[in-house]
Amino acid sequence: MAQANLLSRAVSTTAFRLAAVTVAAYLICAGFIVGLLFWQTNRIFSNQVLTTLRSEAKLLKADAQTGGLPALTRAVEARSQPDGLGLYYLAGPSGVKLAGNLSRVPPEIAESNSGGVFRYAKGANDGENAHLGVAIPVELKGRAHLIVGRDIEEQRRFADEMGRVFLIGFGLLSLAGLSGGFVISRIVLKRIETINVASRSIMHGDLSRRIALSGSGDELDDLAENLNAMLDRIEALMNGLREVSDNIAHDLKTPLSRLRNAAEAALRDPTREGACRKGLEHTIEEADELIKTFNGLLLIARLEAGALEDNAERFDLGRVVCDVAELYEPVAEERQLELEIDAGDGPVITANRQLVGQAVANLIDNAIKYSARATKTHTTDAEITVSLAMREEGIEIGVGDRGPGIAVADRERVLRRFVRLEKSRTEPGTGLGLSLVQAVARLHGGSVRLEDNEPGLRVVLTLPRRLAE
Amino acid sequence: MLASSQIRTWQSGELMRVLVIEDDRETAQFLRKALKESGHAADIAEDGETGLSLAQEGNYDVLIVDRMLPRLDGLSAIKELRAKDMRTPVLILSALGDVDDRVKGLRAGGDDYLTKPYAYSELLARVEALARRSVPAEQETRYIVGGLVLDRLSHRVTRDGEPIQLQPREYRLLEYLMKHAGQVVTRTMLLEHVWDYHFDPQTNVIDVHVSRLRGKIDKNFDKPLLHTVRGAGYTIRDGPG
Repeated sequence: MAQANLLSRAVSTTAFRLAAVTVAAYLICAGFIVGLLFWQTNRIFSNQVLTTLRSEAKLLKADAQTGGLPALTRAVEARSQPDGLGLYYLAGPSGVKLAGNLSRVPPEIAESNSGGVFRYAKGANDGENAHLGVAIPVELKGRAHLIVGRDIEEQRRFADEMGRVFLIGFGLLSLAGLSGGFVISRIVLKRIETINVASRSIMHGDLSRRIALSGSGDELDDLAENLNAMLDRIEALMNGLREVSDNIAHDLKTPLSRLRNAAEAALRDPTREGACRKGLEHTIEEADELIKTFNGLLLIARLEAGALEDNAERFDLGRVVCDVAELYEPVAEERQLELEIDAGDGPVITANRQLVGQAVANLIDNAIKYSARATKTHTTDAEITVSLAMREEGIEIGVGDRGPGIAVADRERVLRRFVRLEKSRTEPGTGLGLSLVQAVARLHGGSVRLEDNEPGLRVVLTLPRRLAE
Repeated sequence: MLASSQIRTWQSGELMRVLVIEDDRETAQFLRKALKESGHAADIAEDGETGLSLAQEGNYDVLIVDRMLPRLDGLSAIKELRAKDMRTPVLILSALGDVDDRVKGLRAGGDDYLTKPYAYSELLARVEALARRSVPAEQETRYIVGGLVLDRLSHRVTRDGEPIQLQPREYRLLEYLMKHAGQVVTRTMLLEHVWDYHFDPQTNVIDVHVSRLRGKIDKNFDKPLLHTVRGAGYTIRDGPG
């Protein structure tokens, strides 16, 4: 059952069909060429025989002219060998056979005036149609009948043999072609089957499974490699999604349950109207936080989808950096942090001003948040540096702090959505700040990197230099 | 009719006529009730076409227009209104809050843009700020609140005749507050108009700037002029807080 199934599938594969079509085309071509060769050879041979017969007829005719019927009879008798290739039949005007090694006028020749091919029995043991001959009638004066012919049985056998050889050859050729096609298609099929098996198990949820490579580096390996790369990407995305949903569970559910608690607590205390009011105010505050988080998520999602690109304008990046730094300066001062701005006018770039401004704001906001924590424990000079510089790699906006910094291992991770290192979970914030910076950088073809500020953290937002052109 | 609306100067406590073009009945009713409680009158249109004809006939101080409306969408309605040379200020309400959505809304002829969900205090502050616009405050050369004088030509600020030194940004902050004297101005409005940013700063940056400004204009005087309106924003006015 399985075997038949595999066979029918092998037959229905493209490889097998291609093999079959190719074999058929070769057979048709070969058949045509062989046929042409055969026909041509036959024609040349026939002409040769006919020429021989005609010249022989001429000679006999000359005999008849000089010596009359008796001379002709003698000549025919002399030529007629029982086992010879020459065939003769001479009959007198009365229709009685006078000489010749043919026993009778072959009916095929009797009916035609120009001669032709006929079958006859040569020896006593032969059947009626054992031998093939060709003959022409010779016109004689005095109503005598002469037929001159030639045995071509040998040629016929040769032709038959040739035909058989070709037939066997063609048979072998088609068999080899088809089975070759079948074998190739089975090999291909088998490897596709392994890809299918792997795909099916991946579809059933085993996302870590990969397709095995044959190691030959051929197209199928290429395909498998690409599929594996695709699967890696999907798996990474799935893991990212899982991480986000886990974090959503935490970062959205926590304020939601706080919101619910606040409302419930307010309801439980019906005597004091103030408590009710306070509860409602608290509820609104929590709701606002939730809305902020949602807006942040939506914005990042739209940036990652590549939207907003057509909203670029030309503006002075130095001005924006200074403006935003200045916006945060009193906040820093309030927390006794020194905010150092190393940026002036320029460069003028083409980008989305609002988004770049927001990215810079997020960076400074983070720096202030984490520096403030540091001052509680450290006594190092707590300062925040905001810088803007044109470098070979691009336009770099750097924001450094003297906070606790981020371990090398965690740097990649904090750029992701909702990732907040355990230490910082208690700080206010949505956990989307750096993700947004990253999304803004990517939208503009730039990047974000985190470095050691010795001590502290320095985040560098790099925008491509072409924006300044 | 039109002339009277142009002359009208909205001041705190004065009636303002608002047309709410919003297809969500609950939102519309909420707005009508809340505006009424704030001392304003509101009419409701539930689709774009009705809204457009009401806006053309009625004498409204401000239109609140939802972007997604049946029959005629909000932006088209505003465009048509502007094409007919109707200059009634428009506040666009939308669930779409991206920078380019905002730009599209303002290009269509809207005067301000508010993303859903919003705080009612934010909406009220913006609507009142818009209504005030029909008075050409921009053309005044001096803003005066109590003893506080801001001279827009010389960029000088005095209180009771005493000069007050302000940083450029503090000056612009005060200028915006005084332009809307007597009205509530929210933090996001300040960020938008003084800093020209439309995002939501994560920390209380605006509060710190305002308290700095307050330190300069109110600190050494008995009567405070710059007041904090709880849950809404700030207002500058000569009178009890």
